[in-house]
Amino acid sequence: MQIEFIGAFNIIVGVLVRFWPVWLGLAIVLGASFAYKKRLGLYGQLFDSGVGIAGVVICLFWLFTAIFASTIAPFDPLSQIPVMKDVLPGAIEPASKGVYLFGGDKLARDIFSRMVYGSQIVLIIAPAATGFALMVGITLGLPAGYYGGKIDTILSFLANLVLAFPVILLFYLLVTPGIMDTPIPYAMAGLFFLFPIIFFSALFWTRYKNRPDRIYLLLGLTLVIGGWIYAGLVFDADPLRIVHIEPNQLNIFVAVVFASSPGVFRIVRGLTMDIKTRDYVAAAQTRGETPWYIMLWEILPNARGPLIVDACLRIGYTTILLGTLGYFGLGLAPESPDWGTAIKDASRLLRSFIHPALPPTIALMSFVLGLNLLADSLREQSMKD
Amino acid sequence: MLSFIARRIGTILLTMLCLTLVVFFLVNLEPNLKKLAISQTEMHTPPEQLESWLVNHGYRQNFFVRYGHWLGVLKMEPIVDATTGKASQRFSFCDDPIEPAYSGVLQGNFGCSTKFKTTVAAKLFPALRATGILMFWVLVVMVPVSLLIGILAGMREGSRTDRILSVASIATTATPEYVSGVIFTVIFASWLGWLNGSAASAAQGITFYNFTLPVITLAIYGIGYIARMTRASMVEVMTQQYIRTARLKGLSFSNVVIKHALRNALIAPFTVIMLQFPWLLTGVVIVETMFRYQGFGYTLVEAAGNNDIDLLLGCSLVSVFIVLITQLISDVGYAYLNPRIRVQ
Repeated sequence: MQIEFIGAFNIIVGVLVRFWPVWLGLAIVLGASFAYKKRLGLYGQLFDSGVGIAGVVICLFWLFTAIFASTIAPFDPLSQIPVMKDVLPGAIEPASKGVYLFGGDKLARDIFSRMVYGSQIVLIIAPAATGFALMVGITLGLPAGYYGGKIDTILSFLANLVLAFPVILLFYLLVTPGIMDTPIPYAMAGLFFLFPIIFFSALFWTRYKNRPDRIYLLLGLTLVIGGWIYAGLVFDADPLRIVHIEPNQLNIFVAVVFASSPGVFRIVRGLTMDIKTRDYVAAAQTRGETPWYIMLWEILPNARGPLIVDACLRIGYTTILLGTLGYFGLGLAPESPDWGTAIKDASRLLRSFIHPALPPTIALMSFVLGLNLLADSLREQSMKD
Repeated sequence: MLSFIARRIGTILLTMLCLTLVVFFLVNLEPNLKKLAISQTEMHTPPEQLESWLVNHGYRQNFFVRYGHWLGVLKMEPIVDATTGKASQRFSFCDDPIEPAYSGVLQGNFGCSTKFKTTVAAKLFPALRATGILMFWVLVVMVPVSLLIGILAGMREGSRTDRILSVASIATTATPEYVSGVIFTVIFASWLGWLNGSAASAAQGITFYNFTLPVITLAIYGIGYIARMTRASMVEVMTQQYIRTARLKGLSFSNVVIKHALRNALIAPFTVIMLQFPWLLTGVVIVETMFRYQGFGYTLVEAAGNNDIDLLLGCSLVSVFIVLITQLISDVGYAYLNPRIRVQ
């Protein structure tokens, strides 16, 4: 049977039309941002430079793509339509008259839909893993930098131990199918996921311990929400079945947090050592504040600038790490639509077909580029103050 | 200074000890040993025989005893057949001792590779040599290009050249090897046909045709980062008093940049270049897999994929050593290059 094709111009128009929820979302958010630029602080200042606008637009683009993936993608990312195997971009699927805008891959799946759905995996795991790494790094880095001495020596040695591992070796050891039969990933998840609960409890306790009206509410909320997510993630025992994570995704998540928290630790430790010599810290010490109050409410807010920039860069770096995992076929399911797996599948067939390789590579590159531009512009803005 | 280096080397040895212990623990997890036994025996071997294979090859001895054997602080016992009482080698393809003897890393014996059926040393060192050649060419491309970009951008902060070069460097840091590798292959191998998309033939002889793609793919990711660091350092130097003095003396701009600014601006990038080695190591694994170049990264992937215990330990030892020694060189070199920093 002959497959019909649409032309290059129609493909471009088709892609632009499919992304309509993204354009709508972008228009609303950007319009609102421009209108209230003055009142938005650091975020508003981003719109003063071209680099900042480009960063925000690219990041928001992928954010909205992930949110509206089911509306944008014309086909299911996993369904195979045999006649469409390796078809070139613009092929019309005979049964539904839908168009394979970027062609089909070797298993006859729609590349465009897979790219769109791939953004979901990246945009859930990368920021969440970065968030957990930040919590772990901050909770350990603050005391290491503030107290120094033995705590610092031990924690720094451990951090350097992890950093001395080449990332790829670490992943090959930690993200294998075999390791999921052992309790190691769950033990590590159990340890890492404790840190956010400890962090927020300490944060509220140090500030509000003399104000019973606030403290019970805040601590209770932290423990209930934290414990709920903890039970769902580590033991897969969420009573409401909302928080759920596949064992292989948990494994990836833990490995990524493990690989990137020593980096955060180092930065936080360095910033703490710098900031603790300031006058306002000495003033707090003289007032008789507890060390943890000083760390969490005096030092941490003043370290936020470099930390926000680092978080942006780190989300990009985590995206690259996820791609690496996909590229080596570690952890993610073989049919998973994430960009790394797609690049792996496509790069083996580059001699015969190049069209399956380009959408995932460009998607990954543009997203990381957007985050890096954002980080660069944030850094520039925070230097101005 | 000497005591500083001695202390650092002590830390390095301790780190290597801890890390090999961790790796040893992870590769000897029960599922991994099962995988090894299955891959080393015939198809459809019953579980009892898998177990006896593991026992016969010494994998069921105490964990710490075996780590001691590997390290060379405990005597390696030969495998004694229970029925005949005859001592035999663990693996016939590499010369394990038949007599009890110290035969571990400390004695220079890295063990046996179960995947390649040879000694680890025979597999690992040629691979390291191949990767060394690749790394050499990468550095030859990466260092001058990135320094040039950084200096040109940092020379006149905020100029149009600076903006363009900065965005370009950010773009390259956003392009991991597996992305740039695919894009370069598509452009230079599939469309233009100028270069070879595979470096498998580089083992016979390195040519421009088969080696350019791996080299530029590896170099491009590092270029942006080093260029940005150079730019930041250059920008800082250009605002110093002595640069203004030199300008006010009437020296030309190019003279000031080359004679006064460059030397001071290149101290920081030196550290950054040394610290790039751990990143290059990951890149090497990706690039060698992608372009089928049989070097260290390829060996590591094969070892990890087949749970080749001794080879994987050898690989981790080498990579951890490279990471730590480059850190040491960067610290010592920084103190040496910058007279303002002195080690206490």
